[in-house]
Amino acid sequence: MESLLDLILMIFLLIMALAILHTRHLLAMAMLFGLYSFLMAGLFLLMDAPDVAFTEAAVGAGISTVLMIVTLAVTGIHRERPGRIHWPALFVVMLTGGLLLAGLSQLPAVGDPASPATLGVARHYVEHAAEETGVPNLVTAVLASYRGFDTLGEVVVVFTAGLGVLLLLGLDRRKPRIRKRARKEGGDSETRPAA
Amino acid sequence: MRPDLLLKVLAKFLIPFILIFAFYVQFHGDFSPGGGFQAGVIISAAAVLYVLAFGLELAERGIPLRALQYLSSTGILLYTGVGVACLLKGGNFLDYSVLLDNDVAGQHLGIILIELGVGITVASTLTLIFFTFAHWSRHS
Repeated sequence: MESLLDLILMIFLLIMALAILHTRHLLAMAMLFGLYSFLMAGLFLLMDAPDVAFTEAAVGAGISTVLMIVTLAVTGIHRERPGRIHWPALFVVMLTGGLLLAGLSQLPAVGDPASPATLGVARHYVEHAAEETGVPNLVTAVLASYRGFDTLGEVVVVFTAGLGVLLLLGLDRRKPRIRKRARKEGGDSETRPAA
Repeated sequence: MRPDLLLKVLAKFLIPFILIFAFYVQFHGDFSPGGGFQAGVIISAAAVLYVLAFGLELAERGIPLRALQYLSSTGILLYTGVGVACLLKGGNFLDYSVLLDNDVAGQHLGIILIELGVGITVASTLTLIFFTFAHWSRHS
């Protein structure tokens, strides 16, 4: 049953990826990326990782899709310009993809008790985290206590992103001048924003 | 009937439930999936829904941009403040065991506090980013 669900989600994932490649409409592309993230969330849930699935559904499918759509509303460019094939880029992408596929066979199976990831500190977390931290959810215990420094870094990254957006867009109120220049440059965009 | 009436009524109905769910995810994160990060994102999703239904001006009257700026740094200050409190109590940075006499209770308190910090920063920063973008899209 679970492997059937896995298979269905994987097939839909592949369809989404091909559809993203195929479409030239950027709004549709943003929506498809959201669907892709949602399918990934389903796969994470099937792998018994509800915390990751939660984050993927909320951030990947929710907020980042919304941010992409408002960005499209700001730029007013709704269609991808058909470009020529960039051969060196294609080569690098193919090479990376090939190497990743070649490395796939070396990965341990899902849930393998002898894999390096489960032999190190993970064993200590599973056996002692609940009694050491008083928190039954292992993921929270690891993220907030054992890896507290890591999580601090993540929050600083989110804060820095907000700071960057404020510095670039928020504090500067000279919008009309910049917009005029953007319109001159983006004059060949095929559609104007509705908003 | 105005075309946005349905959206407004539905948003008014849904937003309280979204917020309660966010608080559940925040404060029940020790026992069930979730935590500060997810809760923060859910809160900002409620803010996005509010802006879509009622417009940016009303939303900014409720949550001014300046308040969001202060809140997003408050979360980080709370997080690092817990770390510094651990230092002052004689432990390592973010070593919550020293916070209280009981090691486990100290760990639990520290985890709840830093998750709260994460939630505050993520919620306000993502809302801030969305508001800033929405400002621009209205002007273009």
